[in-house]
Amino acid sequence: MTQSLLQVRNLRVTFPSRQGEFHAVRGVSFDLGRERLGVVGESGSGKSMTGRAILGLVRPPGRVTADRLELDGESILNLPERRMRKLRGSRISMVMQDPKFSLNPVMTVGDQIMEAYRLHAGGSRDIARQKALEMLNAVQIRDPERVMKTYPHEVSGGMGQRIMIAMMLAPDPQILIADEPTSALDVSVRGEVLSIMDGLVRDRGMGLIFISHDLNLVSKFCDRVLIMYAGRIVETLAASDLHNARHPYTQGLLSSLPRLDAPVKRLPVLQREESWRDGELQIKLSGKI
Amino acid sequence: MIDTNTGGQGPIPPASAPDRRAARKRRLRSIAGTVLSLALTLLGLLLVTFIIGRVMPIDPVLKVVGDRATQAQYDAAYQAMGLDQPLVVQFFRYLTEVLTGDFGRSISTGQPVIEDIKRVFPATLELATLGTLIGVSIGVPLGVIAAARRGGIIDQVARVVALVGYSMPIFWLGLMGLLLFYGILGWVGGPGRQGIIYDGMVPHVTGMILVDSLIAGDWGAFRDAFSHIILPASLLGYFSLAYISRMTRSFMLEQLSAEYITTGRVKGLSERAVIWRHAFRNISIPLVTVIALSFGSLLEGSVLTEIIFSWPGLGQYITKTLLAGDMNAVLGGTVVVGTCFIGLNLLSDLLYRVLDPRSK
Ligand SMILES: Nc1ncnc2c1ncn2[C@@H]1O[C@H](COP(=O)(O)OP(=O)(O)O)[C@@H](O)[C@H]1O
Ligand SMILES: [Mg+2]
Repeated sequence: MTQSLLQVRNLRVTFPSRQGEFHAVRGVSFDLGRERLGVVGESGSGKSMTGRAILGLVRPPGRVTADRLELDGESILNLPERRMRKLRGSRISMVMQDPKFSLNPVMTVGDQIMEAYRLHAGGSRDIARQKALEMLNAVQIRDPERVMKTYPHEVSGGMGQRIMIAMMLAPDPQILIADEPTSALDVSVRGEVLSIMDGLVRDRGMGLIFISHDLNLVSKFCDRVLIMYAGRIVETLAASDLHNARHPYTQGLLSSLPRLDAPVKRLPVLQREESWRDGELQIKLSGKI
Repeated sequence: MIDTNTGGQGPIPPASAPDRRAARKRRLRSIAGTVLSLALTLLGLLLVTFIIGRVMPIDPVLKVVGDRATQAQYDAAYQAMGLDQPLVVQFFRYLTEVLTGDFGRSISTGQPVIEDIKRVFPATLELATLGTLIGVSIGVPLGVIAAARRGGIIDQVARVVALVGYSMPIFWLGLMGLLLFYGILGWVGGPGRQGIIYDGMVPHVTGMILVDSLIAGDWGAFRDAFSHIILPASLLGYFSLAYISRMTRSFMLEQLSAEYITTGRVKGLSERAVIWRHAFRNISIPLVTVIALSFGSLLEGSVLTEIIFSWPGLGQYITKTLLAGDMNAVLGGTVVVGTCFIGLNLLSDLLYRVLDPRSK
C-alpha cells in the first residue's frame, strides 16, 4: 500500500429512536489503500452501515458525522446529493448480498449493465454494449451475448453475483465495497465468485472493503482485517497475524471456528462482555489505524 | 433457471428450435386456459341472469299480452315464448339468443333491448373512460410522489384527498358541483350530454359524442359535449383517483424498500431515475389490474352520477327498467356489464404477460 484511497476518521452513524439516539456506528477510523481490507463482526455490529455511510447512502433520519471522510484527499462527507451521485458508481461502488434482490427483476441484465456504464462514461449504446459484453467476459460468463438478453430470474445466484460484479465494475471505480457478497450463494460457487472478484480488483489496482461475518473466509482472502463490535473497531490485524489477536472478542471469534487439525466435541460459545462496548480500543499490531 | 447445480457457470443451453416451440406452446396453452376460464365465467353469469329471469315474481307473458288478454291469447304467447319447454331447453334457447345479441324487446321503450344498449352504453363508456383517464393521470403521479416523499406535504395532501374521496357521498358532491360550476360560475354545461342546439347534429358513428364530433370535425359540438361531460367525468375521476393513488402509493413504498433500488443509487442514478425508470416499471404491472378494476367499477357503478347529471347511460337505463319491471332490459344490461368485467379481466391478464418478464 503506497497511498491511501480512502481515509475515515471517527465515523459515526446515528438514528433517532424512541429511547433517544441509536448509534449504529460509533467512531470508526481506518485507511484504505490498494488492498483488500476485511471487515468482520457479528450481525448488527455496524458493518453495512459503515459501507453505506461511505457511499452517502444513509437515508434520513439517519445521520452521518466524521472528523474526516476523504476519497483521494478530497472530502466526501455530507456532500450535496448531486456531487455525491457523480462519485457513486464511478469512483466507489458496492456489491450487495443477494443478486436475487439487488437486480431489477423487470430489466434485462444487459440494460442494467449498460445503464451503469453510460451513466458515467456516456457514449452510444453500441459502445456501452461492447463494454457490457467485455465485462461479462471478464467475470467469466460464457455466451455473454445471450446473458445480456436474460432477466435476473433466469440466472442462478452465482451467475447473478458475477453480473452484479460486472455491472458495478463497468465504470472503473477505484474502490469496491463488497457487503457479504457470497453469503447468499451456494457454498459450491462461493470460491469461484470470490476469486473472480479478487482477480479483477487486483488487476485494476482497486481498493476492496470486504464485509463478512466469516472470519475464516476473510483471513484467507484479505490483507488486513478490522474486527467490529457494537459499532466500533475493536481490533485491526494483518490477516497473517490473526493468531496473535489480543482482543478477547477476536480471540473468541477465532476459538469458535471449527478446526480440522484439532477437532473438539463442542465449539465454545462466544462470551461477550459489557466492557467491550466502550473499553480501551485500538490494539495496533500493524502499526497503522 | 439457466444453471442450477453446475455451480456459478453452468453451460447455457442454446435456445434450440424445439425448445422455443415448446415455450410458445406453453404460453399459448396458458392463454387458452385463461380464455376458457373466462368463457366459463360468462356462462355462469348467463345462467344466473337466466334463473333470475325465471324466478322473478313478474309474469313475462302478462307483460307482453297485457292484463286484458283472453286465456287463449295468453296461452298462445306462452307457447310462442317457449315457456312450455323444459328449463334446459329454455336455457339453451336463451344462450343462443344472447350470443346473437338478442335480449328480447324492452317493454318500457318498445325497442329491442340490444338497440337500447347500443344507444346508452356508449354514453356510459365515454363517461367512464374520461373518468378513468382523469383518475389515472392524476392518481398515479400523486401516489408515486406521495411514496417518494413519504410523510411530506404532498403525502399529507394525497391522504386527505383520498379520505374525502372515500367518504363523501357522490350525490352530495355531484349536486354541489352542479350548483357551483354550472349554477353559479357557469363554467360547464348543465345536465345531459349536449346542449339543445347540438342535439342530434353529430352523425352517429361510435355513439361517444366526443369521438363522433371529432370525426365530423365539428368543434362547436366537441366543445359543447366536453363542457357537459367534464363535471360528471371529474366526479368519477375523483373517486377513481382516490383509489388509484392509494394503491400506487403502497405499491411504490414496497418497491422503494427493495434492494435493487439501493443498487440504482449505488450506480449513481438520480432519485428521479430510480423512481421512474426502476421502481415505476415494477409497479406498472400490478397497477394494470388496479386500473382495470377501477374502470370496471365506473362502468357499472355510475348510476347515481348518471341520475344526478341526467346522463342517458347504462346505469340509468338499468335502474329505470328495473323499476318498471322490464326484465328483458335489466338482464340485457346486466349481461353487458358482466361481459365488460370479464373482458377487462382478460385484457389485464394479457397485459400482465406482456409487462412482466417473469410470467413467461
Ligand atoms: N434505518 C435504520 N434505522 C435504525 N437503525 C438501523 C437502521 N438500519 C440499520 N440499523 C441498525 O444499525 C445497526 C447496524 O446495522 P448493520 O450495519 O446493518 O449491521 P451489520 O454489521 O449486520 O451489517 C443494527 O443494530 C441495525 O439494527
Ligand atoms: Mg449487513
